[in-house]
This record gives sequence, C-alpha cells and structure tokens, in this order.
Amino acid sequence: MTGLLLLGAVLLLSTAAGLAHRSRSGKVRSSVPEGSLVPLLAELGEAPGERATLLQFSSAFCAPCRATRRVLGEVVELVQGVAHVEVDAEQHLDVVRRLGILKTPTTLVLDAAGREVKRASGQPRKADVLAALGQALP
Amino acid sequence: MIDPRGLRFAAWATTLVLAVVLLTSSTWLLAAQAVVFALGTRGANPYALFWRRFLKRTQPAELEDARPPRFAQLVGLVFAVVGVLGFAAGAPLVGLLATAGALAAAFLNAAFGICLGCELYLIIRRTTTKGVSA
Repeated sequence: MTGLLLLGAVLLLSTAAGLAHRSRSGKVRSSVPEGSLVPLLAELGEAPGERATLLQFSSAFCAPCRATRRVLGEVVELVQGVAHVEVDAEQHLDVVRRLGILKTPTTLVLDAAGREVKRASGQPRKADVLAALGQALP
Repeated sequence: MIDPRGLRFAAWATTLVLAVVLLTSSTWLLAAQAVVFALGTRGANPYALFWRRFLKRTQPAELEDARPPRFAQLVGLVFAVVGVLGFAAGAPLVGLLATAGALAAAFLNAAFGICLGCELYLIIRRTTTKGVSA
C-alpha cells in the first residue's frame, strides 16, 4: 500500500517538476545591469567582444553545455563583433558564486561595456539569443 | 560518445523496474537493478545494450558525451544499494524511499530528458567547496 502511494506521489511530483523545468529552461531573461564584467573576463584571461559578449558557464558533466556551445558558436558566426567566451564553472567557483550561477549551462549576454543585460540558464534557443543580442547591441 | 536514444530507452526500462520494486518491495529485483546500474557506470547498461542490439533502426542525429550518464548511473547505484540494504535489514521504509528517489530521477530522465545529477552538480560543488578558484 505504501509502495503504491509512493509510486503515485513520485510520478505526480516528477511530472510537475519536469513540466516546470521545461517551461523555464533556456529562457533568456533580462538582468538588472550592474558593474562591468570586463575586469572579470581579464582575470579569466579572456577578451570581451567589440559589441557584445556571450559568456557561457559550462561543466564537464553536462550534455546541454555542448549543444549550447554549438548554438552560441553559430550566433557568433552570424553577428559581427560578438565574442563567445566559455568558462569551466568548476574551475572558477568563486566567480560562479559572485555571479549567482546555479547550474550549467548558464549564458550571460554582456553589452559593449561588459555589463550583464540578459541571462539564460539551460540551453537557449538560437532565435532567443539573436533577439537578446538585438536588444543589447548599440 | 554514445547514442542518446539508447539512454532514453534505458531510463524507461529503469523506470518500469523501479515502479515494480515499489509495488512488490522485491529486494531481489532492486538488487538486480543495482547490478544494472553498476554495469552502467562502466558504460555497459544492459538495457542500452539491448536497445542497440535489437531495437536500433537508424543512425543517431547526434551523439552525446558518455561521462554524464555514467555519473548518473553511479547516483542510481547509490540509491539502489541503500534500498537493498534497507529491505534486507528489515527497514522496508528506507528501501521504499531510496527506490522512490531513484525512480524520480529515472522518470525525469525518461520523460523529460532531465539529468538530475547534472542539474544539482554545480550547486553541490558551490556549497561543498570553499575558497579561491583553482
């Protein structure tokens, strides 16, 4: 009896969690722009893009990170002056904490001044990234 | 590199087996699933092998890194072992709860393609690792 109840509860809760995850994952959201992240990029040994930067946090144990890398790579090919920078989250846990990053992949869209204007956690769709860049670019 | 469709099939098979364990409290079935997980950590999940041998019809659109699912199989193995110990030690509630945990992970993976271990991995690392970056 306990087993049957548990089975029902697990399937119900997991379905709810799965649907919630599906609707949230990869959405590109607006951020409240704070300071420039250019010094942080320099710390990581990376240079910002001329017009915008796509800053992706990844980890080794992460299949959607690879898909995200491909999506952002295609975006960079399409839009001039945009750089794609990928950072290993595990190697930079202090940065991860400072920026409040909870999962990989997380992508930050930085404007020309290096300020975070958009953020997507999970694998973003190419069209959404292009739209976000459209708003971020000068 | 591995075919993600085989993994998805394996996740459904795991879901089914763990659901039966919940309904029957069968220590032996859960022990068998633990062996399946153990083989999975070595990249030889029998369900995935079965899929590849008998059900695979077409080439995959793309391949996936083999390491994340192996990590997930390890998480499943831990749950299954705790469950078997619970049932065997006369603590059926421990057995059922551990099975329920593994079932939730397998079902999320099967139905939604969510890797629970991957979702929580960074949060765990963030909270358990202190100090400066490497």
